[in-house]
Amino acid sequence: MLYSTMVFSSIVLALLIPVAFIRGIIGPTSLDRNIVINIIGTKTVVIMVLMAFLYEEFYFIDVALVYALISFIVTLSVAKYLERGELS
Amino acid sequence: MFIIELLASLLILIGLFFFCVGTLGLLRMPDVYTRMHATTKCDTLGVSLIMLGILTGYGISWLTLKLILIIIFIWLTTPTAAHAIARAAYDTHEISRDDTPLFRERREKNND
Repeated sequence: MLYSTMVFSSIVLALLIPVAFIRGIIGPTSLDRNIVINIIGTKTVVIMVLMAFLYEEFYFIDVALVYALISFIVTLSVAKYLERGELS
Repeated sequence: MFIIELLASLLILIGLFFFCVGTLGLLRMPDVYTRMHATTKCDTLGVSLIMLGILTGYGISWLTLKLILIIIFIWLTTPTAAHAIARAAYDTHEISRDDTPLFRERREKNND
């Protein structure tokens, strides 16, 4: 039961990424697109952890940790660039 | 054993529900600040509940430490990123505070 729940939730999360991407396409400002970058990164981290436990390849969790860090830095630097016009 | 699996599946499904609600809020909310409100809830609650469900289902091992590390990291970084986005939206005047629905409503109420 736990296995099928995890399969179901990773499929639903993978289907939610294009739904969030609609806002990235029609979003009126660039800050909306920044929010979409943030939320897609978080969903990818969760999918990676679920895949690690489904396939029993546990080094995916380290990859997920590093991916969360990179996604955070991307969001911060895009927000800073939009705010100041430079990255110094 | 069945009870533990049921509890873990329930936690994962509740986390999935928060992700669905956050994505719906991202599509339906009227401006940047309210969209960010919806997605931040989805990030913190959804991630932590799904990780807690996995922890409950698979028991305690060395992986527990890494999963708790991911939860703490997401809890630290998501509000910081939301703060940076909100400050960028406020400072660039891309969306003025007076144009958000809450303030428009309050202004119309004061005018009446």
